[in-house]
Amino acid sequence: MLLSTLVFGVVLGGTYALVALGLTIQYGVARIMNLSFGEVVMFGAFATFVLFTGASLSPVLGLFVVVPLAFAISWILYTVLMRPLVKRARHPERVEIDSILVTFGLLFLFQGLFTQAFGSGYTGYGWLQAPVEILGARVASGRVLGLGLACLIGLGLWAATTRTRWGLTMRAVATRPAFAALVGIDENRVARQAFALGGAIAGAGGAILSMYQPVTPIDGGFLTMKALVIVIMGGIGNMGGALAAGLIIGIVEALVSYAVDPGLTLAATYAIFLAVLLWRPKGLFA
Amino acid sequence: MRPAVSALACALLVAGLAALPLFVGGYGQGVLVGLMNAVVLASAWALFSGPTKYVSLATVAFFGIGAYTVAVLTETMPFGAILAVAGAIGVAVALLVGLATLRLAGVYFVIFSFGLAELVRQIITWFETSVNRTLGRYIFIDLSATAIYWMLLALAVAVIGTRWLIERGRLGLAVHAIGDDEIVARHAGVDVTKVKLALFALSALAMTLAGAIQAPRWTYVEPSIVFNPNISFTALIMALLGGATRLWGPVFGAVPLFFFFEWLSVTMPGQFSIVLGLTFIVIVFLVPNGVLDLAEKGLRKTRGPNAGDARHV
Amino acid sequence: MNMNRRTFVGAAATAILACAAAVPPAIAQERSSVRIGYVVSQTGVNAAGATTTTIPNYELWVHDVNAAGGLRLPDGTQLPIEVVAYDDRSQTEEVVRGIERLVNQDRVDFILAPWGTGFNLAAAPLMARFGYPQIASSSIVPPIPGIHERWPGAFWLLGTAEDYAHAFAELLTTQKQAGALNGRIAMISIADGFGIELAASARKAFEEAGIEIVMDRTYPLGTQDFATLLSEAQASGADAFVAYSYPGDTFAITRQARVSGYNPPIFHTGVGTSFPIYPQMAEGGVEGVMSLGGIDVNRPEIQDYIRRHQEVIGKLPDAWASPVIYSSLQMLAQAIERRGLDREAVTQELASGRFETILGPIQLVDNAPRDLWYIGQWQGDHFVAVAPAGREGSADLVVPKPGWN
Repeated sequence: MLLSTLVFGVVLGGTYALVALGLTIQYGVARIMNLSFGEVVMFGAFATFVLFTGASLSPVLGLFVVVPLAFAISWILYTVLMRPLVKRARHPERVEIDSILVTFGLLFLFQGLFTQAFGSGYTGYGWLQAPVEILGARVASGRVLGLGLACLIGLGLWAATTRTRWGLTMRAVATRPAFAALVGIDENRVARQAFALGGAIAGAGGAILSMYQPVTPIDGGFLTMKALVIVIMGGIGNMGGALAAGLIIGIVEALVSYAVDPGLTLAATYAIFLAVLLWRPKGLFA
Repeated sequence: MRPAVSALACALLVAGLAALPLFVGGYGQGVLVGLMNAVVLASAWALFSGPTKYVSLATVAFFGIGAYTVAVLTETMPFGAILAVAGAIGVAVALLVGLATLRLAGVYFVIFSFGLAELVRQIITWFETSVNRTLGRYIFIDLSATAIYWMLLALAVAVIGTRWLIERGRLGLAVHAIGDDEIVARHAGVDVTKVKLALFALSALAMTLAGAIQAPRWTYVEPSIVFNPNISFTALIMALLGGATRLWGPVFGAVPLFFFFEWLSVTMPGQFSIVLGLTFIVIVFLVPNGVLDLAEKGLRKTRGPNAGDARHV
Repeated sequence: MNMNRRTFVGAAATAILACAAAVPPAIAQERSSVRIGYVVSQTGVNAAGATTTTIPNYELWVHDVNAAGGLRLPDGTQLPIEVVAYDDRSQTEEVVRGIERLVNQDRVDFILAPWGTGFNLAAAPLMARFGYPQIASSSIVPPIPGIHERWPGAFWLLGTAEDYAHAFAELLTTQKQAGALNGRIAMISIADGFGIELAASARKAFEEAGIEIVMDRTYPLGTQDFATLLSEAQASGADAFVAYSYPGDTFAITRQARVSGYNPPIFHTGVGTSFPIYPQMAEGGVEGVMSLGGIDVNRPEIQDYIRRHQEVIGKLPDAWASPVIYSSLQMLAQAIERRGLDREAVTQELASGRFETILGPIQLVDNAPRDLWYIGQWQGDHFVAVAPAGREGSADLVVPKPGWN
């Protein structure tokens, strides 16, 4: 029983980790606190749904359409909305507050548009529900696939950031934004790329989420919330940290739900979050 | 304008507002309650967030605590006593949360307050369902819309008055120092955490009371009803539209936006979310410092640079 | 000269004028229609439920009545219905204000109830004060002592939680006596109004019927992961499983049960099970799943209703609340036909009269119907009524539930 609870926790955490990965790149490199991040995830889910039901495109193939779309949308959002805010601000705190407010606006705007398009109810399709047996626990294969894809994307990103020149500039902007310009890095370009890349990962997360769970237009807010907690736990901009923190949250939720009370999972998440904020504000792995 | 004259103007205004419900029908009284609620919440939000620059999304957490306290204590004590208990609980929670989170840098606070309402909601829900084995509670307190409106008006006067007093007094200097530069303020000997905590508690008190005063209008209360996150978002956007750093800013944001939202729900039911989102974006881009600031700049431009005698109140 | 203060007073005056302008005097006019208003959650957290059941049936009824020439009055004349609809954005304060607006501003003749128990309770004191009957068709009777004396004009069309619990306990007892069940049950419920009331009534009813509750857990709103709860239920040794759940969790529970191969002889989920999209959400294989409600699919009026719902609204109705909501509006129309537009007379008629509806004849007792379908089961393409057993139109229960595939 305990072992299968752990398995459920890891599988749950896999999705969290993937979603948080995108957010940590956006916030770590582009320095934009994007509260509409969950809506991009929802976009991925709804787009996959449309492709699956409308064009009978398999969700895995759908990724090849949805991910570039999410990348493009985030690119445009950054160029049209975020960049002017960064440009006009006299100090970084102002950008932070303004971007929070604008992305809040985007959150409502997207929610409203999704509601118009898909209704307030649950939108979903069934796919990859066949169970897989892992250590005595039966888990939907869609979830396992999600976990696998999360690992794959995480590995890919890790390789890209540590082994390429592009990754080096990304890390430079993330760790020393003030000096990046001195060594000839176009900070704006890097920030835009990071924002769009984070959005693309969000889109992928949404597509994977939709494979095993129906969604409603208002689910995005909760996802953002959870992703934020994970990002801060893992340390902002720390991709390995986000993966580990996602898994930890997933396991804690499963354990609390099993051993204490399902009504206290969120309280547990918050307790961890607060503890991390107070004792290790730079993240667990700083 | 001399202080005596402006005091008289304010007294007349309050008297006029207090007499209003006598001249409008039942629906008008309901509108007035909603309007005054918007004024109170936006002003209370700005009381803390304006000077400190902390973006708080915890409004509904306190609002809900107020409403829920009334629901729990209804029929056990007079309404006045219930309000006192509700206020005390609100302040206690604010102090607890504030002590834990106000040391945090801006964005962490946003995130924490973003989820605080959800956390409070879940804990109350868990307590009610697992311990009391019930969830919804009924409030049978007979209170007319007019009486509720008067209480909210008094609360609004208290909130705006408190802010006015703070800004004139020693605390006001400390508050402004924090808003300008927290580190400098710290070096100048301002006990930054204490000041922030005091403002947070005061603002939470007003929000809690706003929820408690209005609870009798609803008869039935359950966590998912009173902890509706939209309340936080609307209070925030109203204060920002007017300008959170100014005494009258929240009022100037709350009044037009309230009527705008009211008009929306009548003419375009179902589009609220889209319009709210666009409002957020438009405000950040077009009136980043609030309409009062914009009006002032506009006036200064037409009058020439030397006529700029307007200052923050 | 302090500009801020002066502009403030000016704006306050504007606001006062705006208030005054918002309340123009009513203009008497010759009656050419019956004005009917409603405030229902079109957006926000309640919208998922309200837009599945309440709003489509309100729209369908108005369409049907107007297509037939309008509401019939006692003198035989007909008046078309004119609708005034607002969105409460899932906020109680908006319901309260919306109803005040419908009464004082729009001067509507009748108000259709909002969606859900909580919002109907928020509306009840206002409706009572203004003297409007309230036919709460998407709410069970709230557990308030003396509710009918408090609000005599409020009618609760989904019956009482006890009735559902007793019907289910009786069904389980019958199966236990027949040797099909071991008499143990695992129960999970959502920590929200509906789940708590149903679970509380069920605890009592199961105990009285001698059914042992071996698992009794609640979970919070918004839960989507049921792997741990269901593996606990599976290990509990119960061969009946009941979840008093909301649509989102109902779908998730069903999918998880299927994935974990959890297939007890009795599998009963909550709201959402009777939705037409349920089989699709669960990817087929829902034969034998039970829930609240159910319909008699052989009844021609129901068949006709389903067809019209599909034609006019563009989707199928659910098999629990939808036909009840539609029936409640038929009751209103018949009460108006008998007593006219006098709201007090219509309220009396609703309380004491007997009405012909798509569900069959309905007569309210203590402002609630006594002969509803309480338990239904998926059999073939339909969610059919199985309890109260033996009532005309009920289908035979299928036990044990067939496998998921």
